[in-house]
Amino acid sequence: MAERTMAERTMAEPTVVDQNIAEAVASAKIGIGGRDAVQLGLVLIALAFLVSLPFIARALDASTLVTLATRIMIFAIAAASLNLALGIGGMVSFGHAAFFGIGGYVVGILYRHFVSGEALFGFISGTNQLVITAAAAILVSGLAAALFGALSLRTSGVQFIMITLAFAQMLFFLFVSLTAYGGDDGLIVRRRNVLPGLDTRDDATFYFICLAVAVIFFALLHRIMRSRFGVVLGGIRQNERRMASIGIPTYSYKLVAFVISGMGCGLAGALMANFARFVSPDMLHWMQSGELMIMVILGGAGTLFGPALGAALWIILETSLAAWTEHWQFVLGPVIILIILFFRGGLHGILTTIRGNAHG
Amino acid sequence: MAEALLSIDGLVKRFGGLIASDHVSLDVSAGEVHALIGPNGAGKTTLISQLMGELAPDAGTIRLAGADIAGMSTAARAYNGLARTFQITQLLDEYSSLDNVALAVQARAGHSFRFWSDARRSEPLRKTAIAHLAQAGLAARADVRAANLAHGERKQLELAVALAAAPRILLLDEPMAGLGIGDSQQMIEILRGLKGKLAMLLVEHDMDAVFALADRISVLVYGRVIASGDPESIRANAEVRTAYLGESE
Repeated sequence: MAERTMAERTMAEPTVVDQNIAEAVASAKIGIGGRDAVQLGLVLIALAFLVSLPFIARALDASTLVTLATRIMIFAIAAASLNLALGIGGMVSFGHAAFFGIGGYVVGILYRHFVSGEALFGFISGTNQLVITAAAAILVSGLAAALFGALSLRTSGVQFIMITLAFAQMLFFLFVSLTAYGGDDGLIVRRRNVLPGLDTRDDATFYFICLAVAVIFFALLHRIMRSRFGVVLGGIRQNERRMASIGIPTYSYKLVAFVISGMGCGLAGALMANFARFVSPDMLHWMQSGELMIMVILGGAGTLFGPALGAALWIILETSLAAWTEHWQFVLGPVIILIILFFRGGLHGILTTIRGNAHG
Repeated sequence: MAEALLSIDGLVKRFGGLIASDHVSLDVSAGEVHALIGPNGAGKTTLISQLMGELAPDAGTIRLAGADIAGMSTAARAYNGLARTFQITQLLDEYSSLDNVALAVQARAGHSFRFWSDARRSEPLRKTAIAHLAQAGLAARADVRAANLAHGERKQLELAVALAAAPRILLLDEPMAGLGIGDSQQMIEILRGLKGKLAMLLVEHDMDAVFALADRISVLVYGRVIASGDPESIRANAEVRTAYLGESE
């Protein structure tokens, strides 16, 4: 029989053992050490700043700062989700706006049915409970990612990019033609979903909700990236042939990563629908997919916080340049080109370079 | 004679008009080193790719411990005991040597749908991986990124990764290719240390290595096995001398 029991397999210890090996095992560094401590410090400082931001904004009488930061946080979640597929797994998806849009529409459609009192498909009653709508958004976008991923991951390279793009555009046109839910004009969510004990209509409160979600989300991503799954995923990006030849069925791992990635974008979409109190087919447009990709690459693909930095830079530049001139893309384009040309690791790369220099 | 661990029967692979495997039949018994030699383009790497399931043969069967593995994916074959090294090294360049090997240990230890604990802090994985690195003579380079290893070290890492996959049969695709004399000697010594413990199919051009290690030699020319036997009979075989050995002397 070609099968062997698991016990035999895990007991497959090396056959040559000598003193060198014992020494090597004893002296090997299992832990990672100092770099982690520095990163943790930076994260805590950033977190302290984010927690105090609404109070700073109130003191400065600049309430737009809070809404700006909320937008950044939501896009940080979406970009970091895409990064799991793109930056870590090497799956260049050009259709992730589909999951972002699905998340948004789940909130919009459930709200519409909540207001009208009619059940969706005759058996799903509408709701305005944030916990339920967010969970539904994650679930539905995850299912869509499983379907799209199962088909598109049969291909790779340029074909994969094109197929993911095609799926997203199909959904875009579906929602454009879905006049029951606003079609081209989109859906208005008159009041944000509610969360027991909190006033979600207050921008600062909603900001803190998004911050809490983002903290949990990034903590999960941090664990995933370092887990056995994450290491396998990074290996697949580097050399899929190698991974297959050590016994890793790469397709399954890529599909699971794609689904998690879609779920994260769905969550971000649900938050966005609540934040903007509006969903429209623009959320699933290919330009939105492109913006998410730019955030990831601008910030540093494959890193934990790079996509968040990319989202922040993109949205701050977009907002400030748009206030200054309507031809803001004229300025934004060259900035992106310069960063990508001169800093291969994106913003995250710039920061680590500075830190490296500071440490000598 | 007991049934061979790996047996290949009537394997045919065509690329258009070119026959890369022309009714190849050979076997590898438990603990045996079976060397496969032949000039460039004889179809040696193509044969290994078919054994690993990266290429589908047009005809013929491959049996592993008696079971036909035709329908198995590359990953399933690896999981069932076939491991290969690549002639052109296929390593995870951004990961350290240790990571490269630990991943193979991890793949062996069951599925990797584990999302929570830090893989690099798993002592069983790391310790087994370091032992395999040491086995291939690379323990001192555990923390070096694969991209920064010298060519000879990359070959050693290929071997360490294959060993970590805990194979029953090791398919070695030119482990000496591009190595200097010192590195070659070291690789021969490492493989000699494994001899008898592990069945090996050794594809190699380096005749010193082949005659130092092989229990049996098969000669592949234009996709066809023209001779097979113990090292002495191959050395004496006139057809082999003209087809192959003669050219290199």
